[in-house]
Amino acid sequence: MTSLSGVTRRSLLASTAALLIAPSASYGETVQGALPWQPDAARPPVQVRPGPWAYFTPEEGGAIEALVDRLIPGDDLSPGGKDTGCAVFIDRQLSSAYGQARGLYMRPPFQEGSPEQGPQSPQTPAQRYRLALAELDKHCKAAFAGKPFRDIPDDQKDKLISGMEKGGVQLGSVSARAFFELLLQNTTEGFFADPVYGGNRDMAAWKMVGFPGARYDYRDWVERHNERYPLPPVGISGRPGWIAQTKG
Amino acid sequence: MIGSPLRLGGALVIALLSATARGALADDKQAFELIARGRYLATAGDCTACHTPARGALFSGGRPIDTPFGTLLGPNITPDQETGIGNWTDDEFVNALKVGTGHNGEHIYPAMPYTYYTNLTREDALTIRAYLNTIEPIRHEVHPNQLSFPFSIRALLIGWNGLFFKPGTFSAEPRKSPEWNQGAYLVQGLGHCGMCHTPKNMFGADHLDQTFQGYALQGWFAPAVTNNAHTGIGAWSVDDLVLYLKTGRNRFDIASGPMAEVVADSTSQMAVADLRAIAIYLKDQPATGGSPPNPVNADEPRMKSGAAIYADSCAACHTSSGEGITGLFPKLAGAPLVQQADPASLLHVVLHGNRAVATDLAPTGPAMPAYDWKLSDDQVAAVLTYIRNSWGNAAPAVTAADVSGARHARAADAH
Amino acid sequence: MARKLPATDVVVIGLGWTGSILANELTDAGLNVVAIERGPWRDTAADFPTTYAQDELRYHIRHDLFLRPAQETFTVRHNVGQAALPMRTWGSFMPPNGVGGGGVHWNAETWRFLPSDFQLRSHLTQRYGAAFLPEDMTIQDWGITYDDLEPYYDRFERLCGTSGRAGNINGQKQAGGNPFEGPRSRDYPTPPQKQPYGPVLFAQAAREMGYSPFPQPSGNLSQGYTNPLGVTIGPCTYCGYCEWFGCGNYSKASPQTTILPVLVRKPNFEARTLCEVIKINLDASGKRATGVTYVDTSGDEWEQPADLVLLCAFQLFNVRMLLLSGIGTPYDPQTGQGVIGRNYSYQVTSSVDAFWNEKNFNPFVASGAIGMCIDEFNGDNFDHGPHGFVGGGYMGAVQTNGRPILGTRVPPGTPTWGAAWKKAIAQNYLSSYGMATHGSCYSYRDVFLDLDPTYKDAHGRPLMRITFDFHQNELRMSQFLTDRVAEVTQKMGPQQIVKRPRTGHYDDTKYQTTHTCGGAIMGTDPKTSALNRYLQSWDVSNLFVTGATAFPQNAGYNPTGTVGALAFWAADAIRNQYMKNPGPLVQT
Repeated sequence: MTSLSGVTRRSLLASTAALLIAPSASYGETVQGALPWQPDAARPPVQVRPGPWAYFTPEEGGAIEALVDRLIPGDDLSPGGKDTGCAVFIDRQLSSAYGQARGLYMRPPFQEGSPEQGPQSPQTPAQRYRLALAELDKHCKAAFAGKPFRDIPDDQKDKLISGMEKGGVQLGSVSARAFFELLLQNTTEGFFADPVYGGNRDMAAWKMVGFPGARYDYRDWVERHNERYPLPPVGISGRPGWIAQTKG
Repeated sequence: MIGSPLRLGGALVIALLSATARGALADDKQAFELIARGRYLATAGDCTACHTPARGALFSGGRPIDTPFGTLLGPNITPDQETGIGNWTDDEFVNALKVGTGHNGEHIYPAMPYTYYTNLTREDALTIRAYLNTIEPIRHEVHPNQLSFPFSIRALLIGWNGLFFKPGTFSAEPRKSPEWNQGAYLVQGLGHCGMCHTPKNMFGADHLDQTFQGYALQGWFAPAVTNNAHTGIGAWSVDDLVLYLKTGRNRFDIASGPMAEVVADSTSQMAVADLRAIAIYLKDQPATGGSPPNPVNADEPRMKSGAAIYADSCAACHTSSGEGITGLFPKLAGAPLVQQADPASLLHVVLHGNRAVATDLAPTGPAMPAYDWKLSDDQVAAVLTYIRNSWGNAAPAVTAADVSGARHARAADAH
Repeated sequence: MARKLPATDVVVIGLGWTGSILANELTDAGLNVVAIERGPWRDTAADFPTTYAQDELRYHIRHDLFLRPAQETFTVRHNVGQAALPMRTWGSFMPPNGVGGGGVHWNAETWRFLPSDFQLRSHLTQRYGAAFLPEDMTIQDWGITYDDLEPYYDRFERLCGTSGRAGNINGQKQAGGNPFEGPRSRDYPTPPQKQPYGPVLFAQAAREMGYSPFPQPSGNLSQGYTNPLGVTIGPCTYCGYCEWFGCGNYSKASPQTTILPVLVRKPNFEARTLCEVIKINLDASGKRATGVTYVDTSGDEWEQPADLVLLCAFQLFNVRMLLLSGIGTPYDPQTGQGVIGRNYSYQVTSSVDAFWNEKNFNPFVASGAIGMCIDEFNGDNFDHGPHGFVGGGYMGAVQTNGRPILGTRVPPGTPTWGAAWKKAIAQNYLSSYGMATHGSCYSYRDVFLDLDPTYKDAHGRPLMRITFDFHQNELRMSQFLTDRVAEVTQKMGPQQIVKRPRTGHYDDTKYQTTHTCGGAIMGTDPKTSALNRYLQSWDVSNLFVTGATAFPQNAGYNPTGTVGALAFWAADAIRNQYMKNPGPLVQT
C-alpha cells in the first residue's frame, strides 16, 4: 500500500465494477465484476403456425399426414395425428437444426456396428425422410395400382406400417424398420411436445393423459395424494384462460 | 463467511467529517483521512451515477442522462487540466455543487442536483474536491449540452433558478435529534433522494407540496417514499429501510432498476449509522399521497384472466399468495411499488426483465426474465391489474395502451 | 502459434461445480484465478427462465444445454476385439457444456458414499477373502477415509442447502434418516422435501417389510436458504423439470445458485467463456505444468501461463486432456501397466414398472431428488456371501418427472402405436409408477479409456475411446437389486409389475446416467493411480484433477456429493499445504 490514490482507486473500481460481458474477438467472452445481464435476454421458441410445408413436397406432406394419422388415429380420446399437428411439427423440425443434424457428429468413416453403438448413418433426418418417403411411394404405387400411401384403405395402411415395424416390408435401399422408428419417435414428439412447436394442437395430447403442461409450481399439490390435479394444461404460449372472455 | 449482516462499523458522522476537514493535509495520515472521507462523500452523493461512463474510467464523463428536455452528458470531473476540472478553482468547484455555476461562472443544468447539494457545508464540498484531486486524470472531452433549442440556451437557467432554486447551506432543526438532523442533511443534500422520488412540474423542478410522492423517469417510476402505508414506506421500519439501503433487500423487496444502481454504487457502501439517520428522517416524514382507491372487482374478466396468467406464469417465484421469497422474489402483496398510480416500473420489469441488485452482503442478484415475447398487451395489462388489485392491493387498472406504450418506448439503457 | 498472455496464479479448466468451488476457495486465499470454459455463460433468467424452461422437446429430447457431439464425442466398443464407433448423438450419458457444467442440469440427488466404499478392496477382502472377488476386478482403496472427507461433505451440503434427514449424527442413529450412512457431524441444512403419493406408498410398504425408508437427500430445496457465502436459494416448486433442464426459479443447487454470484464479484477472478483448452503445457522436464493453450471462437490460439493448473472439466474430458497433453503413462490393458485411462467405471441402474387400475400418482408433481429410498442393499450393508457378487445400490420411489414424450409407461404387450397404444397411454399415465435401483459399478482390467486411432474432433485431434461393458458381477447385482425393489413394489398392491433389471451389453443409445467415473484415479501408489490422495497429479505436482475422474470405482450412489466434497478437500490441501510449500504433497 504505497500509493494512496492507487489504493483508493482500486478499491473503488472493485466496488463499482459493472463490466459485464465484453465481447472480444480474440478472447471469446470475459466475465468479471458482476453477473452478466441484458434486458430482453431470452431465446424463446418461435410459435409454429400451420401453413405451407417448409420442408416436405406436397406429396411428401400428404404421405406424412396419412402416416401420423394411423400412428395416432383420431378417436374419442383425442383428435388424430394430423389434426393435432404432428405432420406440421415434423415438417418444421426437419427444416430446422434437427433435420439437418446440426451439432451432431457427422465425420467419417461411417460403418455399421452393433445396435448398442447407435445409428451410424451419414444421412441427416431430413435426407432420411426424403429417401424413405420416395421408396414408400414407389412401394405403394406398385402394390396398390398406382395409389400413393395416403389413398390406400386404412386397414392396408396399418398392415403396411406393421410390416415396416416388424420387418415384413422392404423399402428399397432404406431400412423400413429404421424409418418406422424415426417416424414414430418424431410423431410421439409432435403429439406430446409443447404446442409452440406445431403439434399437440389445443394441448389435446396433454388433456388426454392428464398432464398439466408447462406449469412450474405444484407446491400446493404435492401432498394432495391420489387426487386429480384441478387446473387445465398450459403451454409456453399460454392457454385459453389467459384471454379475457369479454372486453375488460 | 458473512457474520452479522450489518457488521460494517466505522460509522462516519457528518458533523465529524466537517470538523476534521479543516486540518487538511497537515500530514499523510490526515491526508489519507481527508481523501477517504472525500471518497465516502462522493459515494454518498453517487457522483459516479452521472459522471462515470459505462465501461469507462472513473468520473471521466460522457454518460448520457435522459431528461424530459433532452439528453445531457455527465461531464468529466477527473483532475485533467484541459478536459476535466483540474484547472477549476476551489470556489468554482464549491459553486458547482452549491450554486449551480461552473468554470467561469456558466450555468449548469439542474440535472446536476445543485438544488440539493446546496445544502452541503463548504468543508464537505472541499473534502470531495480533495478526493477528486487524487484520482487519475483522464483526458476525455465531453460536451454535456446535447439539448435542442430552446433548452440549449443556458441563460434560461437564470430564470429557472430565480423561480425554483433557493441556495443555502443546511441548517439543523434544533427540536430534532442529532440523528434526525444527520439524516436530513444527507437526504436533502448528498443523497438527493427527491431528484427521483419527488414529482416535478413542467419545468422539471420539484413540486414541493408533493415531496417524495414518486416520479416517472427513464422508463421507470421511482415510487413514493412518504410514510403512506399504501404507496409509501409506511409499513417499513427503520431497520427495514437500513437493510434495504445497505444490502439492497429486506423482507419486502429487492432493489431493481435505477435504484439497484443507487444501492450498488452508493448506499451499500455507506456507514450503517448514516443509513439509520436517513431512515429515521424519512420515517418522520408525513404520510402524504391520499388514500387507496377501491380495488378492481375480482369478478371482472380482466381480473380472471390476470389470475390465470399469474397462477401459470408468476406464482412459481412470487408464490400464489403474492408473498414472494425473502432475498429472491419480491413480495407483491402490500408492496408500495406495485400500488403506485403509475405502473411504469412494473411494465418495465415484466416486459424487459431485470436483474436485482447484488451487494457484498446480499450477493445473489436474482433476475426476472423478460415477458415481452410471451404476453400480449392485453395479457400484461390483465396480470398487472390482477397483481395491483389482489391480496389487499388496490391500484388503478393497467390498460393495453399502457403496455403498448411501454413496449415501444426505448428501454432505458441501464448503463 | 499461440500468443502468450500475462501469467496468472491459477488457471481452472472448466467452470462447473468443482471449478467454481476451487476458484472461490483460491481467490479467497488471495490468488488470481482465470477460469477457461469451453461453453457459454449460463444464466437462469436468460438461458432457462420460467417463461420457457419447461420444454421437454428442447432441453431433454434435443439436448439444448449439452455439448454438441460435433465439437467432441467419444467412440465406444464393448471389448478390444470390436471396432469402436462414435456416439454421433448423445445416448447413455449427457456431457455437459457451459458455465455451471452438469450442476445446471442434474437431478440434485446429493448423497454421501459409505465409509466402506472408500476402503473397498481392503474391506471386502477382509470380510469375504480375496478369492471372493472376480480375478479381473481392479477395485482399489481411495487413499482417504470417510472420516477424512466428512467435514468436506458437510461443506458441500452447506453450500447447496441440501434437504434431508440425518440417519447418524456423530454415531447416534436418528429416526427417519438413513441408518446406514456414515456418521455426520450435524443434520442437513434444510428439512426433507415434501413427498408425493408414490414415495409415501413405497415407504409404507418398505416399513412393513422391516426396512428403514428415508427421504432422498435433495439439492432441490424444501425451503428458502441462504448459504455460508450469503447466496440465497429458493424453495423447490416441484415442477418436474430438473434433470436435463436448468432450474428457472433458483431452487436447485448449482454453481449459478450457490457460488457464481459471489465469485464474479471478486477482482481476482475472471472467467473466459467460449474458449476451449486444447492442451496443458509442460516444461522441458515434463514434471511441471507451465499453463494451458486454448482456442477462442475465432480459432486463434492463446497461451495462458499459470503457476497452478486445475483440471476441472467433466470426467471423460479430464482423462482425454491428460492423454492429449502427454501427462502420466497411458494404461495398457495387456500388461495392466500405466494409469491414465485405468479403472473406468459407470453406474448400474434398473427399474420396476407397476400398474394400478384406480390410483392417481400425479407423476408431474416432481423434483429431481424427491423420493423415499432404502439403503439395506447398498455397498456392503448386507452379507454378500450367499449371493456371489459384490456391490449394491439404493432403491426407492423417486419421482423425477411426468414429462409425456419419454415419461409414459404402458403394460407389456401394448402395441407401440395406434388406437390400442393411445388407450393404454391414456389409462396408465396417472396410475402407473416406476421404482428405481441405483447400483454400483466396479472397475475391471479390460475396461478403460484411450485415444481413438480413427476418429477426430473438430480440431482434428483424436477422440477418446471408451472400452466398456457390464460384467457378470454387476448384472447379477442388478438382478438382485431389481428383485428386492420388486418385492417392495408388490407390497404396494399394484395389478401388475414389470421388472427391468440391467441385462445384456452396454447400450450407448439408451440413457442410464451421466455418472461416468475413473480414468485418472486417486490412490496411494503412483503405479496404480494417477493422483495422490489430494487429487494432485503424481507426475506433475502443480496439476490437480477434480471430479469423478478420481473415483477408483463407482459406489451405489449418485456421485455429485462426493465430487463436491473432494473439491473442497483438494482446495484445503492447496490452501493449507501446497501454497506454503509448492511441490508433491505426498512423497513416493
